[in-house]
Amino acid sequence: MKRKKITAGRVALNIIMILMSLAYIVPILLMISISLSSEQSVIDYGYRLIPNEWSLDAYRQALKNPYQMISAYKVTIAYTVIGTVLSIIIQTLMAYPLSRSNYNKKGFITVVLMITMFFSGGLVPSYILNTQYLHIGNTFWIYIFPGLMSAWNVILFKTYFKGLPDGLVEAAKLDGASEFMVYRKIILPLSTPIIACIAFTTVLGKWNDWNTSLLYIRKSDLYSLQYLLQRIINESDYIKSMQGTAAAAMTGETLPSETLRYAIAIMAAGPMMVVFPFFQKYFAKGLVVGSVKG
Amino acid sequence: MNLITSLAKRNKQNGYKKSMKSDIKQMDLMILPGLLLVIVFCYIPMFGIILAFKNFNPNVGILASKWVGLDNFMFFFKSSDFAVLMRNTVLYALWFIVICNFTNIVFAIMCYNIRNKAALKFYQTTSILPTFMSIVLISYIVYLMLSPTSGVLNSIIKMFGGKPIDWYSDPKYWPFILTVVKVWNGVGYGSLLYYATMVGIDETLFEAAEIDGANKYQQIIHIIIPEIMGLLCLQIIMGVGYAMSGDFGLFYQIPRNIGLLYPTTDILNTYTFRALQAGTSMGRTTAVGLFQSLAGVILLIVCNGIIKKIDEEKSMF
Repeated sequence: MKRKKITAGRVALNIIMILMSLAYIVPILLMISISLSSEQSVIDYGYRLIPNEWSLDAYRQALKNPYQMISAYKVTIAYTVIGTVLSIIIQTLMAYPLSRSNYNKKGFITVVLMITMFFSGGLVPSYILNTQYLHIGNTFWIYIFPGLMSAWNVILFKTYFKGLPDGLVEAAKLDGASEFMVYRKIILPLSTPIIACIAFTTVLGKWNDWNTSLLYIRKSDLYSLQYLLQRIINESDYIKSMQGTAAAAMTGETLPSETLRYAIAIMAAGPMMVVFPFFQKYFAKGLVVGSVKG
Repeated sequence: MNLITSLAKRNKQNGYKKSMKSDIKQMDLMILPGLLLVIVFCYIPMFGIILAFKNFNPNVGILASKWVGLDNFMFFFKSSDFAVLMRNTVLYALWFIVICNFTNIVFAIMCYNIRNKAALKFYQTTSILPTFMSIVLISYIVYLMLSPTSGVLNSIIKMFGGKPIDWYSDPKYWPFILTVVKVWNGVGYGSLLYYATMVGIDETLFEAAEIDGANKYQQIIHIIIPEIMGLLCLQIIMGVGYAMSGDFGLFYQIPRNIGLLYPTTDILNTYTFRALQAGTSMGRTTAVGLFQSLAGVILLIVCNGIIKKIDEEKSMF
C-alpha cells in the first residue's frame, strides 16, 4: 500500500495536469459557445467562452439547407460500416493461416506483407491505377477497396492468434474440424478484444478521412463528412469576402459566416466526440498488443 | 466420447497426409482475398514507378510513353523547390521525433505519478480527445486561436496592448505553430504506450530505491528511463522510417494550404499532392514519390543499423 501524502510536488503536478486538461477542453467549449452566439456579438466582442448574446441563428442557417450534410453523413456511415466489416473479415482470414505452424507458405506471405509496410509505389501510380484502370475514382467504391488491406493489422491479428492456447486448436482438429471451422468457431470468438480494438481504429480512420474525397471525388453528393467540413471552412471565407462587396450590401442580408462555420463543425463532429471516448480502453489495449515485437 | 473416438478414427483412416493437404488448400483460400488486394493495391502501383523514368502521355498509356531516363529526377533535384522541400520534410520529421517522444515520456511520467485514479482518468481522457477529431476539425480549432480578426491569441495580444499578428501570412511563425499543434494533438495518445510500460515496472524496484535514499528525479533517471529505452528505440526507428513521408494532414490542413506559408509548411507529401491535383507532369510527380520511398527505406535501414551497433537487443530487425 502506498500512503497518500499531500506534498507540494503533488499539488504542483496536479495543477499542471489540470491546466493541460483545460488546453483540451477550452477550445471545444469555445467552439460550442461561438456556434451559440449571435453573429454580431462575435464581430463586436470577438470569441467569448460565454456568449454575449445567445442565438440559434447559425444552426437555423445550417439546417435551412441540410441536404448536403445528410448525404455526407450517409456516405460516411455507409463506407465506414462496410469498409470496417469487410476489412476485419479479410484481415483475420489472412492472419489465421500465418498463425498456424502447419501452414507452409507462412514465411513467404509474411515477407510479401512486410515489404508493403515500408515501400510503396507512391501517390501517383495508385491514382492512375484507381482512376484509369480500375475506374473507381469519383465513385463510392474508392472509399472501400484501396483501404481494405493493412499489413500492419494482419501482423497484429497474427500475433494475437499465436498467443491463444494451442490445445484448443489441436483438440478441435482431432475432432475433425477443418481449418476454416477452427477459425470461425474458436479463433474469432476468442479474439474479440483485438477485433474490437482494430475495428475501432479502422472506424476512426474512416470516419476522419478527408483526403480520399479531396483527391478522387468530384460529385458533391459523394463527399465525406470531414471533406465537407473542409469545404465549408473555405467557402464561408468566400461568403465573408462577398459580404464586403457592393453586391452583398444590396441584398442587405448578412450571413452568419463565423458562427455558421462552428455550428456546422459541431454538427459534423459532435456525435462522434461524445461516443468515441467511451471506447478509449480498446485503444490502450491495442497499443499494448501492437508493441509486442514480431 | 463415442463421437470423438469415431471422428478420430475417421481422421486416421483418411490418412494424415491427405487431411494436411486439404488443410493447406483451405488456408490458401483464406489467404487469397487479402493477397489479391495486396497485389492490386500495393504491388501493381510499385510497377507504376517506371513512370518516373518516362514522359507520361495519358493518351497512349504507361507502356507506350517515351523513356526519358533520369530527366524527371534531375528536373526535381535542380528545381528551386527541392532544397526547401528537403529541408522542411527532414527537419520537421527529425524535430518531431525528438519533441514528441520527449513530451510523450514526460507526460507519461507525470501520469505515472498521479495517485488518484479518478483524476488520472480525467487527465488521460481529455488529453486523448484530439485523437478522436479529424485533422480538419483541429484546423478549425487552430483557426479559432489564430484568426486574424477575432482569434483568441490576437485578443490576448490586444488585451496587453500589443499589435495583432497576421499569423496566416507570415511563414516565420509556422514552425512553432506546427510543433505546438503536433504535440497538443499527439501527446495524449503517444504517452499511453510509455505509460503502459511504466505501469509494468516492478514496484519493488522503487521501494528499494527509496530505501537507498534515491529521490524522485533519480528514480526516473535510473529506473524508468532504462525500462522505456527499448520502446523509445522502436519509436525512433519507425519515426525515421516514415521521416520522408511526413504527416500529410498536419501540413496540408493546419496552414490551410496557403501559398504564402509554403516556405516553412511545404513538405514532399503536400508538394506531390498539389502537383497531382494541378495536373503537373505525372512522370515528375512519380519521380518525387519514388525518391521519397527509396530515401525512406534507406533511412530506416541505416537507423536500424546504428541502433543495432549500440545495442543488438533494441533494433527492429
